[in-house]
Amino acid sequence: MSWFDKLLPPKIKSRGVAKKAVPEGLWSKCPACANVLYHAEIEKSVGVCPRCDYHMRISARKRLAAFLDAGDRPEIGAGLVPTDFLKFKDSKRYKDRLADAVQTTGESDALIVMKGRLQGLPLVAAAFEFAFMGGSMGSVVGERFVRGVDTCLAERLPFVCFAASGGARMQEGLTSLMQMAKTSAALTCLADQGLPFISVLTDPTMGGVSASFAMLGDVIIGEPKALIGFAGPRVIEQTVRETLPEGFQRSEFLLDHGAIDMIVHRHKLRETIARLLSIMSNRPLVDNTTNALHKDI
Amino acid sequence: MNQNYLDFEQSIADLEAKIDALRFLDSSSGVNINEEIARLKAKSRRLTQSIFSSLTAWQVSQLARHPQRPYTLDYLGRIFQDFEELHGDRLYSDDPAIVAGVARLDGLPVAVIGHQKGRDTREKVRRNFGMPRPEGYRKALRIMRLAERFRMPLITLIDTMGAYPGVGAEERGQSEAIARNLFAMAALKTPIVSAVIGEGGSGGALAIGVCDHMLMLQYATYSVISPEGCASILWKSADKAALAAEALGITAESLKRLRLIDEIVAEPLGGAHRDYDVAAHGLKEALRRAITDLVALPIDDLLTRRQLRLRQYGQFEER
Repeated sequence: MSWFDKLLPPKIKSRGVAKKAVPEGLWSKCPACANVLYHAEIEKSVGVCPRCDYHMRISARKRLAAFLDAGDRPEIGAGLVPTDFLKFKDSKRYKDRLADAVQTTGESDALIVMKGRLQGLPLVAAAFEFAFMGGSMGSVVGERFVRGVDTCLAERLPFVCFAASGGARMQEGLTSLMQMAKTSAALTCLADQGLPFISVLTDPTMGGVSASFAMLGDVIIGEPKALIGFAGPRVIEQTVRETLPEGFQRSEFLLDHGAIDMIVHRHKLRETIARLLSIMSNRPLVDNTTNALHKDI
Repeated sequence: MNQNYLDFEQSIADLEAKIDALRFLDSSSGVNINEEIARLKAKSRRLTQSIFSSLTAWQVSQLARHPQRPYTLDYLGRIFQDFEELHGDRLYSDDPAIVAGVARLDGLPVAVIGHQKGRDTREKVRRNFGMPRPEGYRKALRIMRLAERFRMPLITLIDTMGAYPGVGAEERGQSEAIARNLFAMAALKTPIVSAVIGEGGSGGALAIGVCDHMLMLQYATYSVISPEGCASILWKSADKAALAAEALGITAESLKRLRLIDEIVAEPLGGAHRDYDVAAHGLKEALRRAITDLVALPIDDLLTRRQLRLRQYGQFEER
């Protein structure tokens, strides 16, 4: 029980809903240790719980803001918007799902790509917005990814991608599946030109995203305890009809099985990736204090 | 009910049963039996044509999974000569859910890779219902490299529910195995022709399906997720699979319209399982035409063409 719970009178505590509710805007609960945290504190730590070190899911913009040097960060492919070309409708129309996602995230699709610098090194970085339809990959995600790669090819830059996705977007049918081929094909050009691709797998990286570009990094980095895999745990459980081992499909499990290179704490990603890119492209780093968010960590 | 017939073919099944019964009828009854049989056969044909002219996506998906549908090995024997199966990924194991090897197509050396389902229970289990594990994809990758090295066009036959969702498959890197194949096929220095012959199940299908020319049998399906899977996620009920099949647009016709496949290969009336030889002949002709066109291209042009082809997948607006 957290200190906050202890302060509450028993009557309020006994009401399940009230127990979990936390005042909007000011406080948040850590999903892992259930400690109630001050929002400013979470902002400052880029979504890492100061009590238990749990890496929470963060928005794509926050991710890129925390990763890239301060300064000019032009966005690539920002003008691309999804269309409902299948007129897909389940319990809800795809159109309406898109509108809702735009409303809640302020983004136009699930991938954001920016050109910027990392400790002085110019590069292109992409990040998934998981809150936008589960970070699912459809046409716009695929096209933005490839345009990011195109910029790398044109300007001889390395590429870094932070994945957070449930997989392909069902509402765009087979076209979504083909984004796996499209993004992977683009990476062959990057490899051909000797430009590094670093893939960072964050919670969660599953399905069609995991089974394409995310697993094709020259270096693959996992965030601590991120869920990473092809099939979802529930699907596997239903297929093999047994409970899955503790820690199954977590970063640590993948590291043990040789699937990723390393697990890096979110606060160390900037310096680790900068060091890797500096070595792989044999270029010097300039500065390591240009990201305001990282000054105090 | 005869298991060769699906629900929506019940009226055809009844008619065929009648024809069978007539065949055993005593000819002394006075009726001209041969004439009657010919009349009923023509009627059965018309009925089949009419039913098959307006199939729903869900009906097509039942045909694609028909228990009698020809599988990869049924086609290999009918299309190629001198097929030599090659085994193993040289890393861990041999996965019987994928068959691969070298063969000749009317004299031309080719490499062939295909998913393989089992026909009887024992074989089904051995082939893991055509759902490959990472070692299957890694065997396929080995054959792709072999094709490249010896300048053999690569032909892949797709027929899987999907890559196997199991603990061991995850431990051995199912995602990486699929991703690696997408990467390899995108730049493989030899022509690649793929054909969906039954079920094209998501990433497990695409892992051997990146190509220069995409064929699809008339009653095959190709989908980002199974209709059942989609229904249980979006409709919260697997019973809505028929609706999901329709929404996902998984038939050859829909996919041709979306320009995600290049060519539809006609099947014999009533589906490929009605006549393996006719089905195989149609597929063989389509494969041969495609390969003849592709081998004529200089390899650099072919690779540029493939990159552009993969690049244009996707529909969006730009503001």
